[in-house]
Formats: sequence, structure tokens, C-alpha cells
Amino acid sequence: MAEIRIENLRKEFGAFSAVEDSSFVVRDGEFLALLGPSGCGKTTTLRMIAGLELPTSGKIFLGGEDVTFNRARERDIAFVFQLFALYPHMNVRKNIGFPLLAQGVAKSEIRSRVEETARLLQIDHILDRSVSGLAGGDRQRVALGRAIVRRPKCFLMDEPLGTLDAEFRDLMVRELRELHNRIRATTVYVTHDQLEAMAMADKIAVMNHGIIEQFGTPQEIYNRPATMYVADFIGSPPMNFLRFTSGLQKGRRSVSVDGVDISVPEIQQDLEEGELALGVRPEDIRFSDASSLRGAVYGSEYHGTNQIVAVEMAKGLVKARVPADHSFRIGETVGLELNYDKLALFDCKSGRVVVSSRYAEHHYG
Amino acid sequence: MSSVNTAHSVVEPSRTSKRIAATIVIAYAVITMIPLVWIVLTSFKSPPDSISYPPKIVFQPTLEGYCNLFTTRTRQTSEYITSLGAPTSTCDEITRSRNMVIAGPSNYWPRFQNSLVIAFGSTFLAVSLGTLAAYGFSRFKVPLAEDLLFFILSTRMMPPIAVAIPIYLMYRELGLSDTALGMILLYTAVNVSLAVWLLKGFIDEIPREYEEAAMIDGYTRMQAFFKVVLPQATTGIAATAIFCLIFAWNEYAFAVLLTSGAAQTAPPFIPTIIGEGGQDWPAVAAGTTIFVVPILVFTILLRKQLLRGITFGAVRK
Repeated sequence: MAEIRIENLRKEFGAFSAVEDSSFVVRDGEFLALLGPSGCGKTTTLRMIAGLELPTSGKIFLGGEDVTFNRARERDIAFVFQLFALYPHMNVRKNIGFPLLAQGVAKSEIRSRVEETARLLQIDHILDRSVSGLAGGDRQRVALGRAIVRRPKCFLMDEPLGTLDAEFRDLMVRELRELHNRIRATTVYVTHDQLEAMAMADKIAVMNHGIIEQFGTPQEIYNRPATMYVADFIGSPPMNFLRFTSGLQKGRRSVSVDGVDISVPEIQQDLEEGELALGVRPEDIRFSDASSLRGAVYGSEYHGTNQIVAVEMAKGLVKARVPADHSFRIGETVGLELNYDKLALFDCKSGRVVVSSRYAEHHYG
Repeated sequence: MSSVNTAHSVVEPSRTSKRIAATIVIAYAVITMIPLVWIVLTSFKSPPDSISYPPKIVFQPTLEGYCNLFTTRTRQTSEYITSLGAPTSTCDEITRSRNMVIAGPSNYWPRFQNSLVIAFGSTFLAVSLGTLAAYGFSRFKVPLAEDLLFFILSTRMMPPIAVAIPIYLMYRELGLSDTALGMILLYTAVNVSLAVWLLKGFIDEIPREYEEAAMIDGYTRMQAFFKVVLPQATTGIAATAIFCLIFAWNEYAFAVLLTSGAAQTAPPFIPTIIGEGGQDWPAVAAGTTIFVVPILVFTILLRKQLLRGITFGAVRK
């Protein structure tokens, strides 16, 4: 087990810059999710950690050792591929034992370790089956088995649940997390699915266009998004942005959106006049006739435990998550009350959050 | 009715169309088989039967053709033949009945062995080189890869015989004329382009993840290639090997030009049988029949791979 440290990692493919100046640390035993849309550089980052791609510049440390230019086989890591990459000409037992064979482990020990791993993953009954006939979940477990049998320094997983159907995915998310809790191996997990990342990871790195937009715990990412991109990417439906134009001074406690004063956590940054966005999560909006922030109901989606109501405001739709038992007429005028504690202000030009008392104790840079 | 038929035409052909298809395929197979059947039948005919007109379908089979193929004979007086002891083999008997005795073995068997060595040797080389080259082109950034691949392909754009004279002169200078090594190198050179192109397609289809997984699992790229890529490329390798083998086995023009003795292959040898003791068609037919056997066996052994190899690319996953 080991810590993974990435320093100023860059990767260019010709003129295209896939990863730009990424730095982060995955502590020993931690589960990091690299989260982002396709093409954001998350898989490239993972492949550089694995040694399948060489970085253009930057350094990679595994357990304190600089492995930037080491070959994949010299890094003592395990990689779970999106399509599992189980060797089709070998049965399950041989697939799982294949990494041990490379290390020259004695046959009897390979046998016992493969069986031990199979028991851990509950696939000991299919050890002598061919991998080509296996169902998706079993293939997934075999791929995991091949990874953990070696007891490597860390695990790298590239969207390992991407090809499974939804029902099975939930099950595997749970199994993966339980497995991680049991073996506590440093893990980097690439996914585009925010729910997977939130459910499993200790830390999440949200990536976009090769840049790490934010690195933090799932709670930090959700509650205190550092950029508009993160705020928009995480959460379903995503954070609402109420856009307005204003300047900001340190110590301000309210902003004026469409002529309505809204209290916000104390601003701790001076900002010149420009376009700003007040970010509010759908669940931090309540309907209240007393509020002077008003709009017309545009439609609602019923979700059983709650409903998502879209309200048409002067500058677009705002979605609110409200209890399911309210009923609304389309076109009805409603007042919106925003949860003061949870508001965030963003500078639209830079896309970054404006530092307020809610953000002060954290560092975003 | 019509809607039912439409639905069926996609999923499963109707019984009638299946029958029509089967009839066409069988008819085609029969027509293509006729020369082969004629050759095999002729090889078992006596020389008079072989040239009788109309051709005899029913005849007294004899091994005379095969005996003549493998032996050289001399004509002797009947007194001399009776003075010999009892015939020691069927061939002896047949030969004596024609007032001849066996003088010694013919050149057919050594020529056939040459064919085996040269065809299998060049196929092995072409496929080995082709597999490695195709893997390189498929997986690495080779400078000028497109141009190199085109250049490799372009060697097949002219009939090989167009370069026969230069090769003949080169081989004479290098001492490669009429040597098995020379022929192996020549056929390898011709086949390797086909092998590279065919195999590149197959290897492109094998996901890189397999080797990457193996390399992460602690293997070198070479080990990964042999343990993971190669076993999955067997279909393509088998199909390529058959194509290469058929070319090298059947090749006539270069063989005539470059081999005359020690390294002569069977194709240029078989026609020379005609000249030796009159037009001995059964012997020619016997030589051809035996010549077909190795390819037949090889193809039957690998037919599953060959079929998959030929339809390769038709079905994408």
C-alpha cells in the first residue's frame, strides 16, 4: 500500500493538451475518484499513473519513489480496465493467477492465493469456467480478482462499471466499497458518473478539459463547489444560477438580483463590476408567498419522495426540489425563498466562486 | 402473407429460398470439382484408358500411373524379363507386363520434398515476419507508417514475373539459383506483404487492453505479445498461413526459371513427366493428385480458422 503523489503532470498529444498541470495526493488507503465528462483527461491521468502513457512533463511518486519513467511492470500497481481485458484464451483460474505467474510465484502458492481471492470475491465456484461465457458482473469480479491477487501498491480502475446495467451497477458499487473497506488499498477510480464517485470515494477530483477543477471530499465538492463547472456537473438537477450584474466589496452580506435583495454569507473579497451568478441547489429553495423573488411555475417532475418544480424567472428556469405533496398549477406565480446558509456567488467571467464566510476556512486555488 | 414473408426474410430465409441457394451452391461445387475428379480418375487409369474417347467413366483401376510416377523404367526383351526372378512388388509386376523393368526411382519424391520444404519454410518465415511487422504497425507510431504500408502493398501491384529477369541475374550472382534457401527467400518476399496486410487487420481488432493488462501484470511487451496477443491472433495467423502456403505451393513461373535440379519443386517437374516415355497422362495425373494432398490436409485442419479468416471484417462487434 502506498501514497500516490502527482506533481504538475501534463500530457500533450500533438497540439492537443489532454492533461494540464495536475497535482494531487492520494493518501495511503484512500479512494480517489477522478470524475469528469469524456475527454476531460481523467483516463489519460490514470494511464500515466499506471505507466501506460508517458507524461509530457511532471512527476509521479508511488510510495515516495519517483516512478515517472518506470515501466508499467516495474510499478507494482493493478489496473482494472473498462472492458475488463480478461484473457479470452484462459479460464478464470488462469486469468487471476496470471500476474503471480509473472512474479515467479510457486505453483502451489498461486493456487492457494487464487482460491483465497476467489473466495473473497465469491467467485470460487466458477474458477474453472472459461471467461468468455461469464456474465458482466462475474467478469467484473474476475478482473478485480486479477487485480487484488497480487496485493499491489495501489489499484487503478478505469470506469470498471461502465458496461454493467444499472441494477448491477448499484450492487457492484456497494461491493467495491466494501472491498475497499476490507483491504484498504490506495485506489484511483475513473468515472463519469457522479453518483458512483459520491457513493464510493473518500476524495473526488473533478476534471474538465484536462484541468482539475476541484479536489476534495464528496461533501466539499457538493456543498462548496469551487467553480461554476463543478456546481453544474455535480447534483441532479444541477445547481441553479441566478445571474445578475454587480460589483462586490468585502463585508457585503446581501446582493440584489433583479431588484430583490437576497442575504448571502459575508463576502470576503473585492470584485469589480461584472456578471455574477448566485448559485443555489434545488433543495435549498422553498416556496414562500412572503418572498419577493417571484416566478411562474413552468412544470414539475414527480419523483415519489419529492418533486422537481421548474419556475420561470426573468432570466431563465430555476429548479426547486420540494415535498411531493404540494400541487402546482402551471403558470401560477410563486415566491422563492433561498436557504441563506447554502448560497454561493460565482464570478461568471472566471467561473470561480467568490470567497465568502462559507468558503473562508477552505483553500481553493 | 407478404408481411410474414418480409419478417422471415430478415431473420430466417424461407424453405424455398434455402433450397434454391443450396442447389446453386451444390451445382457450383460440382462444377468446380469436375477437373479434380477427372485428375483423380485419370491417375488410376491405364495409359490407353486415359486417352480413349469418349472418356471412360467405368474402367479397370490400376496403379500404373503411380508406379510410373515414382520410377524410371527401361524397355527390355521378353527373354530378359522372364530370366529375372519373381516380381518383388505390384509395381514390378505392372512394369514387366509392359515389357519394361524398373531402373530406379524417379525424381518426383525429391521434387515433392523440395516443394514441402520451400512452401512450408517460406510460409513460416512470411507469417512470422508478417506477424511481428503487423504488430509493430498496429501498436507503435512507426515513422511514415502509411507510406511504408503502401510500399509493402505496392510490391504486389505488378505480376511477380515482371521482375523475374533481374531476380534471375541477382540469384546467379549470389549463388542462390537452384537452392532451397533462394526459393524460400523469394516466396517469403512475395508473401510477406500479403501477411503484413492481412495480419495487421487481425491485430488491429485485438484490443490493446490485453497487452496493457499483461504489462501491468508484470510481463515485458515481448512476453505480453507471445502470451496474450499471439493466442488471440491464431485465427488470423492460420488464415494468412493458408494463403501464403497456397501461393508458395502452386508457384510455377519462378520455379521454372530459377530451379532446374537440386531445388526444383513439384510444379515444374510434373510437366516433364510427359516427355520421358511418351505421353504418360496417368503418371501426370498421379503426380497432380499427390501434389494436391498436403494443401488439402492443411486446409481441412485449419478450415474453421480459414472460414473465420475469410469472413473476417464482414461482422463487426
